[in-house]
Amino acid sequence: MSPILQVRNLVTRFDTVDGIVHAVNGVSFDLEEGETLAIVGESGCGKTVTVLSLLRLIPEPPGRIESGEAMLYEGAARRDLLKLSEPEMRHIRGGRIGFIFQDPMTSLNPVLTIGEQIAESLVEHLGMDRDQACEHTIKLLARVGIPDPEKRYSNYPHQFSGGMRQRAMIAIAIACTPEILIADEPTTALDVTVQAQIVDLVKHLRTELGMAVIWITHDLGVVAGLADWVQVMYGGMVVERAFVDYLYERPQHPYTIGLLGALPGLDRKGTRRLVSIEGTPPELMRPPSHCQFAPRCSYAFDRCWQEIPPLLPVGVRHEVACFFNVEKGRPW
Amino acid sequence: MRESATCDLRPVTCDLEARGLRYRLGRLLRLLWRDRSGMLGLTLFVLVAVAAVFSPWLSPHGPLDQHLSISKQPPAWSADGNWDYPLGTDNLGRDLLSRVIYGSRVSLTVGFFGVLIAGSIGLVVGLISGYAGGRVDGIIMGAINIILALPYLLFVVFIAAILGRSLLNVILIFGITDSPIFARVTRGEVLRIRRSGYVESAKSVGVSEWRILFDHIMPNLIGPLITLATFEMSAMIFYEAGLGFLGLSVPPSVPSWGNMLSAGRKYLTSAPWIATWPGLAIMFTSLGMNLLGDWLRDVLDPRLRRARK
Amino acid sequence: MQQYLLSRLFQSVLVLLGVFVLVFFMVRVTGDPASLMMPREASPEDIQAFRHKMGFDRPLIVQFLDFLAGAVVGDFGNSLHYKTPALPLILERLPATVELATAALLLAVCVAVPLGLIGGSRPGSLWDTIGRAVGLFGQSVPNFWLALVLIIFFAVRLRWFPSFGRDQPKSVVLPAVALGVFTLGQLVRLTRSAVLEIRGEDYIRTARSKGLAPRVIYIKHVLRNAAIALVSVIGVQFGYMLGGSIYIETIFAWPGLGRLAADSIGVRDFPMVQAIAVFTSLVVVALNLLTDVAYALIDPRIRYGD
Repeated sequence: MSPILQVRNLVTRFDTVDGIVHAVNGVSFDLEEGETLAIVGESGCGKTVTVLSLLRLIPEPPGRIESGEAMLYEGAARRDLLKLSEPEMRHIRGGRIGFIFQDPMTSLNPVLTIGEQIAESLVEHLGMDRDQACEHTIKLLARVGIPDPEKRYSNYPHQFSGGMRQRAMIAIAIACTPEILIADEPTTALDVTVQAQIVDLVKHLRTELGMAVIWITHDLGVVAGLADWVQVMYGGMVVERAFVDYLYERPQHPYTIGLLGALPGLDRKGTRRLVSIEGTPPELMRPPSHCQFAPRCSYAFDRCWQEIPPLLPVGVRHEVACFFNVEKGRPW
Repeated sequence: MRESATCDLRPVTCDLEARGLRYRLGRLLRLLWRDRSGMLGLTLFVLVAVAAVFSPWLSPHGPLDQHLSISKQPPAWSADGNWDYPLGTDNLGRDLLSRVIYGSRVSLTVGFFGVLIAGSIGLVVGLISGYAGGRVDGIIMGAINIILALPYLLFVVFIAAILGRSLLNVILIFGITDSPIFARVTRGEVLRIRRSGYVESAKSVGVSEWRILFDHIMPNLIGPLITLATFEMSAMIFYEAGLGFLGLSVPPSVPSWGNMLSAGRKYLTSAPWIATWPGLAIMFTSLGMNLLGDWLRDVLDPRLRRARK
Repeated sequence: MQQYLLSRLFQSVLVLLGVFVLVFFMVRVTGDPASLMMPREASPEDIQAFRHKMGFDRPLIVQFLDFLAGAVVGDFGNSLHYKTPALPLILERLPATVELATAALLLAVCVAVPLGLIGGSRPGSLWDTIGRAVGLFGQSVPNFWLALVLIIFFAVRLRWFPSFGRDQPKSVVLPAVALGVFTLGQLVRLTRSAVLEIRGEDYIRTARSKGLAPRVIYIKHVLRNAAIALVSVIGVQFGYMLGGSIYIETIFAWPGLGRLAADSIGVRDFPMVQAIAVFTSLVVVALNLLTDVAYALIDPRIRYGD
């Protein structure tokens, strides 16, 4: 498999009047064709800002992408998404990279029909005319599992249920068969039963269309059946990254361990207490020059308070940013 | 394990209501200083207010002194002008600068008391409507809608024509006809606050309705009402001038900007400056009030307060 | 949507009824109509005779019902001054006022909306500053004074436009500018703030994520949503313009309803004033209703509400 996206040292800041928010502090990752990467972390850890930065959808004041590169591969050639001009970016957005947003109610324009909102992508990127676009849109609606697509084409977002709206959003995202699909917590705002359906839909579509997927969530339960790789973020940085199975079986970073420990398990007897991670979320205004997780970590020792641990491999395709080897019970 | 300090102790995001009045006023002034247009608005308003209060000391002549020999004299910087009468004189030889300065008295009086009356009536009506609910509320709102559907100007002019020219009449007319707007805003706020979560929880621990009224509702009303008052005052100054223009405001012996405009209209071609100065005065006063109103709205709107720069 | 419109229609009828009541009593309560309408030198007997002739000595309720019944069939009473029925006089003058109000509104909308759109899409830019200044001044300038200034410059000095009357097509320009300037200011500010607010909405971010051109985003996505807020204001303002052009028509000697109203007040022709008041209110209420219809049509959430 060949790489399709390579992100190196992405740094994004926001200038607010209360100070500078260091949202993303040096994030790097690779994405191969057809692969699914899950980015996991709590609210405010920078996962959304990371992917929005890739598409340059960060509002430029107050945000700014300080440094880094995001190489998008197109065959043999590659381009840095962070350096493209605005017209070039527009070509990428929707055309090469599709985006699914979290809340389908607010993310769809209330005064335009669903059909129109899908068709305009087709017109913009694939140069279709009205009729072609309309026809194709109806097929897309059917493909994402919306019944009665001809009628639904002329309906407005408020006439759809939550799950239907999200399916429509997916249709918008995949309309021009992008190579990469980015989904920012697409199931968070939905009922549990509908969540499963949406996840299934995306799994089918990614195989059908051969897309690489970046799936952002704070729900570790969803990740298991969906992702190839998992990347855990905390305080604007990647703290662990591994093949999905490795992560669940042998998590290395104390934060990941905490997250997994906080999951209720169906297959265990109900005697284990849920572990919650003590302390408060990291301070993004004045990021410290030591490990961000140290204040909440039960394994922290003096080195943790002096340097920021780099992300280093600790096994086959398993990286961790931590000075302490939890398994062995001593520093690395 | 160390605790990370995440409570943001900056004043904007912490409990504003808990701070004392002096602190809040100080903060208000600091915010004003940062907002240039708000400063400008306040400056203009203060200028006009000063002119109104200190008219006798600021005017070079009496506003009613006629010097027929120098009637219709152009402003000082033109050929036939002289600096004794900086802005020129009108058709009866009265000094325009003095008349403009004195005219501010009428305008500000009408504006201030008109808004006071409209606000008082509107406040009471709005409170009744908001608290009574049901039928009473429906009737009152219906009445308000009816009054607001009327061709406002036509009625004001008509009533003024019947009642005759006097300052008191003008103030009363404006005060009464403008009160529906205040009533509507008051009612809206009352309903919003009474339905809000914290009032419900206050009631559930037995806080009396009177306390809720004074502790929660009244303070929250101040913001929107003051902002509205500023804009309505500007509007009333307009309307007074308009009435004066038609000869329906204060008697011609009293200098008012509207009267001056009315007189100036006759001499538009021969002595255009007579009409120019009162118009500019109205415009700058109105400008000042609008800027001030904008700034007040930005600062007093509780929703914006939290996210304020 | 039907339910919404039906309820608005019902409300409008109620408001209209209320307006009738108010107009009727307003004229009678502020003084004895008979003595107000007669010249000052009239003797008490003359006044009494007049009162009887006009039917002012009948019980108020009777007078009101008479008035109401007449209005329904289109009889708005007779003008004292012209000695002819009031309604035909009003209708004769109506086109001029409508022409003026329409011109003013068109001017205001065509300048304000683009200006507000550009300003809102580029806050802090030069166009934004211009737009905000225009908005502020538009709302601060007393329009009758502006009328005078316009006359001095454009009619007298430059002689580009006539200063009074309705003889030529370009006669409408100066009055329309004077009448529309306040609405222009208001609309610029409203459009700008609507655009600013909508810009930050999630669905605009979605539109950008689709790689749509900025022109498409602003006109198709942003403006369509902004229109919802603008429509109500435009409707209300149009109503004001139709009813409040007394000053402008007087200054420019424009032969419309406003001038008729001013003249009638001047000669104390109260039946005429009453008729104009009722008629104008009717138009305003009808306009408000039309605005609600337009609003319902534009916003699909109301049109196809569940």
